[in-house]
Amino acid sequence: MILNLQKIEKLINSELSSKIKNSSIENEELLIEIDTSDLIDVVQFLKSNESCNFKQLIDIAGVDYPDNEKRFELVYLFLSHEHNLRIKVLTKFQINQTINSLTKVFPSANWMEREVFDMYGIKFKNHPDLRRILTDYGFKGHPLRKDFPLTGFNEVRYSEKEKKVIYEPVKLEQNYRNFDFESPWEGTNYIKEIKNAEKDGKKN
Amino acid sequence: MVKKTKSLSLNFGPQHPAAHGVLRLILELDGELVQKADPHIGLLHRGTEKLIEQKTYTQALPYFDRLDYVAPMNQEHAFALAAEKLLNVEVPIRAKYIRVIFCEIGRILSHILNVTTQALDVGALTPSLWGFEERETLMTFYERASGSRLHANYFRTGGVHKDIPMKLVEDIEKFCKSFPKIIDDLEGLLTDNRIFKQRNVEIGIVSKQEALDHSFSGVMLRGSGIPWDLRRSQPYEIYKDLDFKIPVGKNGDCYDRYLCRIEEMRESVKIILQCIERLPKGPVISIDNKISPPNRDDIKQSMEALIHHFKLFTEGYRVPKGDVYTAVEAPKGEFGVYLISDGSNKPYRCKIRAPGFSHLQAMDYLIRGHMLADVPAVLGSLDIVFGEVDR
Repeated sequence: MILNLQKIEKLINSELSSKIKNSSIENEELLIEIDTSDLIDVVQFLKSNESCNFKQLIDIAGVDYPDNEKRFELVYLFLSHEHNLRIKVLTKFQINQTINSLTKVFPSANWMEREVFDMYGIKFKNHPDLRRILTDYGFKGHPLRKDFPLTGFNEVRYSEKEKKVIYEPVKLEQNYRNFDFESPWEGTNYIKEIKNAEKDGKKN
Repeated sequence: MVKKTKSLSLNFGPQHPAAHGVLRLILELDGELVQKADPHIGLLHRGTEKLIEQKTYTQALPYFDRLDYVAPMNQEHAFALAAEKLLNVEVPIRAKYIRVIFCEIGRILSHILNVTTQALDVGALTPSLWGFEERETLMTFYERASGSRLHANYFRTGGVHKDIPMKLVEDIEKFCKSFPKIIDDLEGLLTDNRIFKQRNVEIGIVSKQEALDHSFSGVMLRGSGIPWDLRRSQPYEIYKDLDFKIPVGKNGDCYDRYLCRIEEMRESVKIILQCIERLPKGPVISIDNKISPPNRDDIKQSMEALIHHFKLFTEGYRVPKGDVYTAVEAPKGEFGVYLISDGSNKPYRCKIRAPGFSHLQAMDYLIRGHMLADVPAVLGSLDIVFGEVDR
């Protein structure tokens, strides 16, 4: 299995040398990183090349790294039944960039891209029907972004007065608490921050 | 004079007994012919992925029971495998056998529900009454192993929570001996039933190519004649040592998918019997106390065990940096977990790949040109559970 992966990695690197920014095999899984603009070409190649034959798109996963310059990542997971192999295609991009839609190559990308759009607000070019999919009708915001609070903004209840379901701002008896168990021996995060600040101060 | 026709749009669900949960389907009809179907999903969306990002690995596991709630342990399995792959933990052999036994029980649970409710949707009431009795027995097995009938929370990173008693193994064996007779009875009611065949044969046909394009997996793929089963092609746990067949359909219609499910139940029974026969003795969870909690008795005696216990249930364990995709053959198809760890005690990102999501997506393509009455039949054969579609 690993041998096959190495073969595929070599092949992809030699055939698409200019388009592959990075490739690695970790945890017995092949990951290639590409530029956002090359997405369609690379995927077409992976699908049609005889020794790849990645004919099935398994899933599209968005990832949010708020601190990075290129904030978002998309990971496309493909499966080849013929060669019994999987591949992950990674692409990084900035917040305002639009990504080419894969719906022409893989019809099943339709809902997967809608989900990414819904959860991260990433826009796809040439998508036939880019609507929200999992969240409520009229929902605002993109819940899987790291800056979206876990408790959300609105809550729903049935109002006896108005005889209908109404939306209200979230009111919690107790705020959501995020316990910091990370380092009971070294002190909690805020202490570490003070310590680090002191260190930096000394350096300066 | 030219007759003017107007298409009618019909709102099917979200409260419809044949919608299998909370599906809202906007149908455009020309007379009785469906021209377009637009499924609206997300009515059961609970933000599982967001919640998992805030929980430690141990706390994240129970969320997987609540996805496909008719086969909970199969989902847990995918997550446990993902965490184990990142942590590089060895699972004891007995735990592997127990996992396989309960995953196959999950498969039977799910297939009974699907086959009988599909029959219910096309007008046969009796199979569901017979089938649910068996499901109840299976769920008591779940209860005796884990303490709850549905939301088991039984698998752990590195094994399973508790060992199973000998009496339970005997009872499962007894069930496996008697269950094939029940499958025969169900088949007697349905397989050659004229009405059942009229409603299912050549309905919702999926070609091989279409099955691949629409990211189908599991029975939806095998029903169309593609011999692909993760238990065989990318074996995990002990599946490669077990002897079982993979039923494959021919025509890719609703009826073939029904037949595949029936045969899969028989194969699952065989797998369980093999596992029981070979079930080895030994620990059921990794002995590494950095990952699995120490023995209750040790906590009273040993300081180290007490510290391990405290650290595990407050901080949890840290998982090395990296990303990993693991998939299992759940009853409904390929259920996968794409896990990204940033080296802390909580997953940075956990993408859940639910088979039902891609199956339901193909609803529009499957139902176009069919009659309105075929909608429940096709929907039934897709095997949709909204827990996993909406997540």
